[in-house]
Amino acid sequence: MALEVTQILLNAQSPDGAVRKLAEENLKQFQEQNLAAFLISLSHELANNDKPPESRKLAGLILKNSLDAKEAPRKAELVQRWIALEPAVKSQIKSALLTTLSSLAADARHTSAQVIAKVAAIELPLNEWQELVGTLLGNMGGPNVEQPTHLKQATLETLGYVCEEVSADVLAQEQVNSILTAVVQGMNATETSNDLRLAATRALYNALDFAQTNFENNMERDYIMRVVCEATLSPDSRIRQAAFECLVSISSTYYDKLSVHYMQDIFTITSKAVKEDEESVALQAIEFWSSICDEEIEIQDEYSGDFSGDSEVPYFRFIKQALPALVPMLLETLTKQEEDQDQEEGAWNLAMAGGTCLGLVARTVGDDIVPLVMPYVQENVSKPEWRYREAATYAFGSILEGPSLEQLTPLVNVALNFMLNAMKDENTHVKDTTAWTLGRIFEFLHGPNVDNPVITQANLPLILGVLLESIKDVPNVAEKVCGAIYFLAQGYEEAGGTSSPLSPFFQGIVQALLATTVREDAADSRLRASAYETLNEVVRCSTEDTAPIVMQLVPVIMQKLNATLEMQILSSDDREKQSELQALLCGVLQVIIQKLGASESTKYGIVQYADQMMSLFLRVFACRSATVHEEAMLAIGALAYATGAEFGKYMQEFYRYLEMGLQNFEEYQVCAVTVGVVGDICRALDDKVLPFCDSIMTQLLKDLSSNQLHRSVKPPIFSCFGDIALAIGEHFEKYLIYSMPMLQGAAELSAMQTVRDDEMIDYNNQLRSGIFEAYSGIFQGFKNSKAELMVPYAGHILHFIENVYQDKDRDDVVTKAAIGVMGDLADTMGTNAAVLFQRSVFYKDFLDECTSSDDQQLKETAEWAQVTINRIIAA
Amino acid sequence: MAPSRIEHRVHKRVLSDQQRRRDIALQRQADGRRNLQQHARQLAAGLSSGEREDADGEEEVIVEAEGGESHELEGVGGESSSSKEDLKDVGLRQGTRLKGSKAREWFSKQLMLPEWMIDIPPRLKTDWYVMSRPAGVRCVVVSSNGTTVSRQRNGRVLHFFPSALPNGARTRDVSSASSVFCILDCIFHEPDKTYYVLDVMCWRGYSLYDCTTEFRLFWMNSKLAETEACQPPSQYNRYRFSVLPVYECDLGGLQAAYSAPVPYTRDGVLFVNRHAHYVLGSTPLSLVWKDAACSPYPVDTDSKGNVCQYQQVVLALGDDGSVATSDDPPVVLGTMPRQFLEQNANHLKSGTCLRFNIGEQGLRIVDGRPVVADIHFQGVAGRIKTADTCNKILYQYAARRDPLTISHLIAAVESYDDHGDFSMMASNVGGS
Repeated sequence: MALEVTQILLNAQSPDGAVRKLAEENLKQFQEQNLAAFLISLSHELANNDKPPESRKLAGLILKNSLDAKEAPRKAELVQRWIALEPAVKSQIKSALLTTLSSLAADARHTSAQVIAKVAAIELPLNEWQELVGTLLGNMGGPNVEQPTHLKQATLETLGYVCEEVSADVLAQEQVNSILTAVVQGMNATETSNDLRLAATRALYNALDFAQTNFENNMERDYIMRVVCEATLSPDSRIRQAAFECLVSISSTYYDKLSVHYMQDIFTITSKAVKEDEESVALQAIEFWSSICDEEIEIQDEYSGDFSGDSEVPYFRFIKQALPALVPMLLETLTKQEEDQDQEEGAWNLAMAGGTCLGLVARTVGDDIVPLVMPYVQENVSKPEWRYREAATYAFGSILEGPSLEQLTPLVNVALNFMLNAMKDENTHVKDTTAWTLGRIFEFLHGPNVDNPVITQANLPLILGVLLESIKDVPNVAEKVCGAIYFLAQGYEEAGGTSSPLSPFFQGIVQALLATTVREDAADSRLRASAYETLNEVVRCSTEDTAPIVMQLVPVIMQKLNATLEMQILSSDDREKQSELQALLCGVLQVIIQKLGASESTKYGIVQYADQMMSLFLRVFACRSATVHEEAMLAIGALAYATGAEFGKYMQEFYRYLEMGLQNFEEYQVCAVTVGVVGDICRALDDKVLPFCDSIMTQLLKDLSSNQLHRSVKPPIFSCFGDIALAIGEHFEKYLIYSMPMLQGAAELSAMQTVRDDEMIDYNNQLRSGIFEAYSGIFQGFKNSKAELMVPYAGHILHFIENVYQDKDRDDVVTKAAIGVMGDLADTMGTNAAVLFQRSVFYKDFLDECTSSDDQQLKETAEWAQVTINRIIAA
Repeated sequence: MAPSRIEHRVHKRVLSDQQRRRDIALQRQADGRRNLQQHARQLAAGLSSGEREDADGEEEVIVEAEGGESHELEGVGGESSSSKEDLKDVGLRQGTRLKGSKAREWFSKQLMLPEWMIDIPPRLKTDWYVMSRPAGVRCVVVSSNGTTVSRQRNGRVLHFFPSALPNGARTRDVSSASSVFCILDCIFHEPDKTYYVLDVMCWRGYSLYDCTTEFRLFWMNSKLAETEACQPPSQYNRYRFSVLPVYECDLGGLQAAYSAPVPYTRDGVLFVNRHAHYVLGSTPLSLVWKDAACSPYPVDTDSKGNVCQYQQVVLALGDDGSVATSDDPPVVLGTMPRQFLEQNANHLKSGTCLRFNIGEQGLRIVDGRPVVADIHFQGVAGRIKTADTCNKILYQYAARRDPLTISHLIAAVESYDDHGDFSMMASNVGGS
């Protein structure tokens, strides 16, 4: 059945485009004409040691891609296609794959290992290919059978991939035990082949999730930990790195199984690695401690300091115990900066990892870190060598989150002037880190909740003087300065009202930021984006007295947006730059519209430009790009909110972009944002949105039935039903037969939901809130004229409310929405609903719960619902 | 394949404003939705009669006052000025925000006015509550936007003051959403500077107009107790509020309302039907009764507090020269001589209120209504006077001649059993 495919596979990699294209056509035809023969041919090609490595590799790759794809619908299709193949065909392919594991060609073995895992991912959950694990373990040999090292290496790799692909419950505990035994044996220090030991260590990394039971058992756990720790001392750095990766994974998966006894050893080996080892290994060693911090911070958040008694997760305070040794180890890394590290986006090195870990340690232990770090800061911050000045500043900046304000405020009061001076340092790295540290000071020690603010009427002019001067520095420094201004402004946000301490400087700040956006050297870094985003925050935090300046910004930004439309677009690179800039500018306009539109006294500043803005947005849409689409959409939503019914005149032209947004399944954020804007428009236009509702509803219903659309968009779509119903009232009648089954279906599905992980619980709550918002809108919309239409649904809805009432995972938002719907139901249906309530027991308890809530909003809604229900029952 | 667990760590975090913008947009949308829902719920809970939403989606509820007073104003006032028309469309929440003359006009129609008890209603004991009525200024008390205003029946402001009612004072810890407001029906008793609460129409923005008396009074008692409003006066609660005890209308209740010691000057006894909604204007489901033992003013007095020799009535002049009560339809009690009207054409326009004495001949009453009266013209009533209702004329008439006494009332509640059985049988017979 197998056909000769070598030449086609080689041609498919030819440098000659025409040859390549033809070969690809051939492959495609072959696949379409006879899938079984095609796959068998590929597997034979992969297994055949006489074939060239190139054709074998491509054969394996095509096989792999025939079994798996990134997009869920495509993946499901491929899985079904494989399942449908004849058993004989499948077993022929699988047998070829297993044979390949013993090939001398390393590439072929490697590719085969991956393909086997893909097949396993499909078949093991269906209880097929049950012999796979046994066969693989057989490859590892035994007391009387010695197998070749390369086969064992490939087998371990395969086991690792299989563990990565399938979920833990698919394998029986015996199988897990055998796999772990084989893997841990391969990792043993007595193993002479480094390749084999490496494969085993990487396999363990993937198998760790399966080892729950084994980690419960002291002896097995001790053994695994010992082997992993020993592997961190291997002469091969690849093995050391892989072993540390295992430790990192263990630290988060099995934090509760760690004990001081392991931690002492781990501290010794990580500290050795950090001091002496290659960077790739040292980075993993530091990551181990960062990961422990993550765990302990999460535990503290979860139990908010109350560890007495029966908290489920033990809190060992490893970081606090290791502190005296850990902090010096981390401080030592800080002077290992790379030249030019700040220019490179995404750079990651020992100094950065050390500083990041130090910041996490500070968040974990709070005040205790201060006396351990401050001497280092004081000793080094003025040294002639820039590395020390930068390291000291970085250390200081890193510990600003975590310790109490009482500890930090006196230190920062002393340090602030020093930092402001350091913005004139001769070294750019020092300035970069200093500006970042200033930003952290403003973020954590300045704001309405801070009793002794470090920023005062007296030092504010100096601070702004320095910042507005330093924003002209090199791009990476200027970017950090933008961040500092961002947090400085944010600290005054709550002040609200008529004036802010920032008001006298407002004009200067805005000008400096605008000047930054047009710097020649801003375009290639994140500087321009940072400057615009900082401008957004400055506008958001502005007060009445600076509203005129914000208003003057409108034509300035519009002019800039207009200029992007004139840009010459010659390449995809140009297109991308244009999109990026349009996104930023639409973002600024959105923020300004929202700000000025929120107050009657400043709204005219927006309304007078509404026509021009809208025409700009429409032209931006015409350039078509997802990110711009989203930002322009958000801006339009804000504009609809600001202009109200006036927005109607734009609908004719805007509608097609609205529809495009609703159809954008791939970039689901765009779709979600557009759904939100439909709500804005409903509220703005009220019943004048009616002419567009047929198309909007059609689109929304399509979205709901699509399995391509990301599920997170579905709850907002339900809420949007409510917005539409509330806007058009009785006219929603014609959509009822489509929307009610969707709502009921979703409600039933959510009631049956049994998965209880946090993400699912969150989603379920969101979904239910959306459903309730839809019901509320529909009830309220039908209240005056069409209440009887809801009679067939009322029982179901009350039942759903009961269902949600009994859910222990229901959150406040759902509760509020549910109690609201209960009142709406009573209110709209009047005495028709009385009998439902009379038959219901739960509703009184639910009302009681809510009327005694501390949440004022919830309490009021519940009281209203109570009055309404009592009234219909009494009538 | 090497796992890179450290990719997620970011050195010197960079700003990301986009998610923030998204979040803020979502917040705006959620707020908008919530406001709209709440608004719809408020409308729903709005006044019983003639509610509708304005075409512009503005929050409006029509208040069509029921009963005599408002019709009398429209019919008698003769000036259908534009401002009055506008006010017809003013809703509850708007009403509480009105200022100046419009506020006065609006508030003048916001109280439920009891009729005078001329005869004893059936099922007095089972269907009615009884309470003692303090002498003082009847007023609507509204707390909203961090302040409290009391207005008299004519709409004039009595006090502007901070109170412990929800949103009744500018205090730190009180949420002051403008949707939070209360409307109470009170009597202000000057000597002890106390607002005695008769009824509650709105609590925290939720309307109780449609609720039965039973429910409103329960609500009033339990909700007021949750506030500090009934505590002694303080900086944030300048006047004390006091809930009037409400009694079942049995012998004990009646006696308590009639004669138990009270901390205020008693001015009669108030009966309220327990199934009644709070209607605006006068209603036969709320009745006031008094005699000399429970009121210093059992019969009408003049401005100096003296009882006039003759009963005085105020009637409105019609187009055809007739003079009539403010009932709907008006009850004509006489006609002014044409010649007299012609002589005084400048003063006596249709709608003008005129004062009369009731002479020795008195009234002729048929089916509980006066049909002819021996009335003697005294002069033009003050500009803000409104015509009397039949009910008032009859009560005062009876008070001077053959009043309903406390013993009648006691007899009614004591003999209830027979009376009750009888009426039940009657209704059963009627139904079968």
